[in-house]
Amino acid sequence: MSPQTTGQDLQTSDKPLGRDDLARLVAKDIAPGSFVNLGIGQPTLVSNYLLPEQDITLHTENGMLGMGPEAVGDEIDGDLINAGKIPVTELPGASYFHHADSFAIMRGGHLDICVLGAFQVSATGDLANWHTGAPDAIPAVGGAMDLATGAKDVFVMMTLLTRDGASKIVETCTYPLTGIGCVTRVYTDKAVFLTGPDGVRVRETFGCSFEELQELVPVPLKAAPAVER
Amino acid sequence: MLNFMDSVGEAVAGIGDGATVMIGGFGNAGQPFELIDALLDCGATGLTVVNNNAGQGDQGLALLIKEGRVKKMICSFPRQSDSWHFDAKFRAGEIELELVPQGNLAERIRAAGAGIGGFFTPTGYGTVLAEGKETRILDGRGQVFETPIHADVALIKALKADGKGNLVYRKTARNFGPIMAAAAKHTVVQVSEIVPTGGLDPENIVTPGIYVNSIVKVA
Repeated sequence: MSPQTTGQDLQTSDKPLGRDDLARLVAKDIAPGSFVNLGIGQPTLVSNYLLPEQDITLHTENGMLGMGPEAVGDEIDGDLINAGKIPVTELPGASYFHHADSFAIMRGGHLDICVLGAFQVSATGDLANWHTGAPDAIPAVGGAMDLATGAKDVFVMMTLLTRDGASKIVETCTYPLTGIGCVTRVYTDKAVFLTGPDGVRVRETFGCSFEELQELVPVPLKAAPAVER
Repeated sequence: MLNFMDSVGEAVAGIGDGATVMIGGFGNAGQPFELIDALLDCGATGLTVVNNNAGQGDQGLALLIKEGRVKKMICSFPRQSDSWHFDAKFRAGEIELELVPQGNLAERIRAAGAGIGGFFTPTGYGTVLAEGKETRILDGRGQVFETPIHADVALIKALKADGKGNLVYRKTARNFGPIMAAAAKHTVVQVSEIVPTGGLDPENIVTPGIYVNSIVKVA
């Protein structure tokens, strides 16, 4: 009997994870020495939990590797901002480059991981995170499509459910797509999902059992084999 | 031909109605505010503007849009919390928008400067932003054909120029400067400092002077 076919042993927390706990978990999962791009919003929290010994280099697509924490007080310099246009600092070993080089870093597959927010992720890892498709919305895409298709691994951070209780992990995205089959992991308050061509595997659950999770998600779930946990 | 100008007005004087103008900057970093103000004063209208954004607040590109000088924006991220002038024009149907993924925007500008007639990229494949474009499967991945973006004029900001028009930039204000300088037929640069020829280390020059036509020092 295969131990990973039961769901109960996947639960690693009594409660759903808050935003900071989730950011801490993502930070812990980033391999030492990685080059990483953190998207605007919730993914930015991950930087608060990266440890110096992990030696992670942060990329910001406006043109810098070796980005440091947000600038405060006298450190604030209008010429030194991140992709969210927030003043930041540089770390020793930082480098600056123009926009085409910065996107070549992404598009050329040189970034190990990008962490993005999402509206929806499909069962096969399609990502929708740039546009709700509402007719009166002004569309803005920025670097989302380049990140989604260019990074070696695309991690998504989001709540599992919308405010209306609908699963954001869906069979097929109904919002306009950002990229096809690009998402490799989804970190949510209720579970961590691994996505790929062979469907959605659950690595761990928070505050619910595998069976309870399956009731929330309209896509067949499998427990991830132990080697992926 | 390289010219050092006495004023920003003189530097933008050749920009006519209907021109395609690349404007450097990502948000406010690297945005050549003084050159944009001069463009506003010179009265040119019906412009197509290439920038990452569509202006923020009540300055620079946002004012050019507010005053109705911009017919079309080519950009990746027009919608921001303070992009109210663009938002109003867009909702009124008074400005055209070509929305381009940011990496495609940068690479299309780079391609123009490098004499590349177009390129295939996976970015945007299968999305609404690739609709109507030629696609191919290359290396097992769906890819979209993208064309270069040329411009009549580029307005950019650098930190220093030397007597040969060589440029260095400052931190993340570099952003679109080097690729726009190469892509436009005529490149106008505002700098904080002009140093004598030989005053910049050739190893550290980011934009060679061959791409630069007009330089003006702003305070």
